[in-house]
Amino acid sequence: MKKKSISYAKWGYIFLIPFFVVYIVFSLYPLIQTFYNSFHEYIIDRGSIGGGWTTEAVAAEEQIKFIGIDNYKEIFSADGTLVHSFINTIVIWLVGFIPQIAVSLLLATWFTDLRLKIKAQGFFKTVIYLPNVIMASAIAFMFYTLFNQGGAMYDLVCRITGNEDTLLNSVWGTRGIIGFINFLLWYGNTTILLMAAIMGVDTSLYESAQIDGANPTQTFWKITIPLIKPLLSYVLVTSMIGGLQMYDVPALLTNDEGNPIVNGVRTARTLVMEIQTRKDSNVGLASAICVVIFIVSAVLGFAINFLGSDKRDGKKKKKKAKRG
Amino acid sequence: MPMSTDVVGHSNDRTRLLVRRIIAYVVLILLVLISLFPFYLLIVNATRGKVQSGIEWIPSNLLGKNFSSLFSAKTSTAYGSVFGALKNSLIISGLSAILSIYFSALTAYAIHVYDFKLKKFAFTFILIVMMVPTQASAIGFYRLMKDWGLNNSYIPLIVPAIAAPAVFYFMKQYMDSALPLEIVEAARIDGCGEFRTFNSIVIPILKPAFAVQAIFTFVTNWNNYFMPRLIIEDKSKYTVPLVLSAMRNAGPLESDAGLFNLYIVIAILPVVIVYLCLSKFIIRGVALGSVKG
Repeated sequence: MKKKSISYAKWGYIFLIPFFVVYIVFSLYPLIQTFYNSFHEYIIDRGSIGGGWTTEAVAAEEQIKFIGIDNYKEIFSADGTLVHSFINTIVIWLVGFIPQIAVSLLLATWFTDLRLKIKAQGFFKTVIYLPNVIMASAIAFMFYTLFNQGGAMYDLVCRITGNEDTLLNSVWGTRGIIGFINFLLWYGNTTILLMAAIMGVDTSLYESAQIDGANPTQTFWKITIPLIKPLLSYVLVTSMIGGLQMYDVPALLTNDEGNPIVNGVRTARTLVMEIQTRKDSNVGLASAICVVIFIVSAVLGFAINFLGSDKRDGKKKKKKAKRG
Repeated sequence: MPMSTDVVGHSNDRTRLLVRRIIAYVVLILLVLISLFPFYLLIVNATRGKVQSGIEWIPSNLLGKNFSSLFSAKTSTAYGSVFGALKNSLIISGLSAILSIYFSALTAYAIHVYDFKLKKFAFTFILIVMMVPTQASAIGFYRLMKDWGLNNSYIPLIVPAIAAPAVFYFMKQYMDSALPLEIVEAARIDGCGEFRTFNSIVIPILKPAFAVQAIFTFVTNWNNYFMPRLIIEDKSKYTVPLVLSAMRNAGPLESDAGLFNLYIVIAILPVVIVYLCLSKFIIRGVALGSVKG
């Protein structure tokens, strides 16, 4: 096994310095402030640091007062806005993520299939990734014009449903559109990541499976999936964190003031923005929601990470055993 | 497993392969159409007039007019310079991408290769902070930058890229599968310094991961609206999304849908070019570990 002399350990610390210094200064310290704020009644009059900031936020009047966990009580009690917005976020995320992971896995498997030999792969891969480079806000803007009254998709939907209303006026219609936009933006990205993982799998494994007469479905479930589990968990975790922070698209699609369906598509982050962009923005309350978002994503992320790493260790042992 | 029963006649196998191939191509072509659809629409809309309603499938003839008004002095005083914003975005996104991949790899390398007391703690710490939504620290971040007089500067937009937990995590995962410790030990035996080992031996192995993450970081920063909006005040320092949002928020009299769509086209072009240049790295694929057997 490896023998490590102590002299190398210091290099571990040295190499970690840039990350930790930058992280502590630019993220951790502000983050601690957010936690701190969440226990305070912190109201900025007129100002809106996080949201509308059209004008200088400096001139704003600030009041800070310690109020314990009142902010948390407020977001969890009352009308249950936060819980509701969390459910919305998860639903919208799932609407986009399930087709995304399914299509990406399928494409990644096809592209790397030794027998299928898909031609023009470069072209296909380049094209499916393209939506990801477009700004999410630009795509949201475009879909808004498409599905709004007068848009082409609006006509189409009307013809199918025989209903005069636009999809943007129904909760599930809007959720579906947001999910579709998320799918469009991210499935190419996921495909590339999964492909990188599948191509990292030793080709000889596939070759020997083929010689043993395994069909593509067996190869997929018995070789590909177990071996790319670390990357699958990475994709799941990052997508989930991205999903919890979903803001641009839902906010732009439900742009109008007093939109009746806004309750159905309000995500946790648009809620934060709503609070912050109010005339008297309640930074304390917004911070409390941020803290809750943080805790939820941390818990979910860890659950998945542990599941992934358990399996991986098992595989490693097996591999070693085979080699020996 | 009774796999031998699956082995059927040779011709049967062939038709099955053919069917799979056809399905694959049909699905792929459908996805290509879906993916290109927004771009096509965007290009068509960039050739249309100020007021656009509904959808057109055939480009109109106002592209030239939109172009000249995009580069007119009036536009650049109203929304900030078009070229300037492209340049600003390029500086921020390029530097962020370089810093992000290099230092994330360095951090991942420290965790991957070395054994030290705080290793487990450091790794867990980074995994935890990966879950932190950017939004969470934004309020404090803004105030801090203001206190340091760094608002309206590019430093708050570039330097934080050094600490990118998600990029770190990817690099770590990649090292787990593609960077055997034997290479590092071999370099040590050959008398190579630790820092040099990283720069001249490890980085070339990480090239595919670098390409992937460079694209992702570049695109994220290029499209980032939130942070620049928070930090930058001068129109001359505007990045592309800021100019776009200024155009979008223009009043009904000044707003020009053709101009707006044309600017989106121009805004996404550099990213498309960068992607096309680097995609070859990705397509060539991840090197299957340099030490085999």
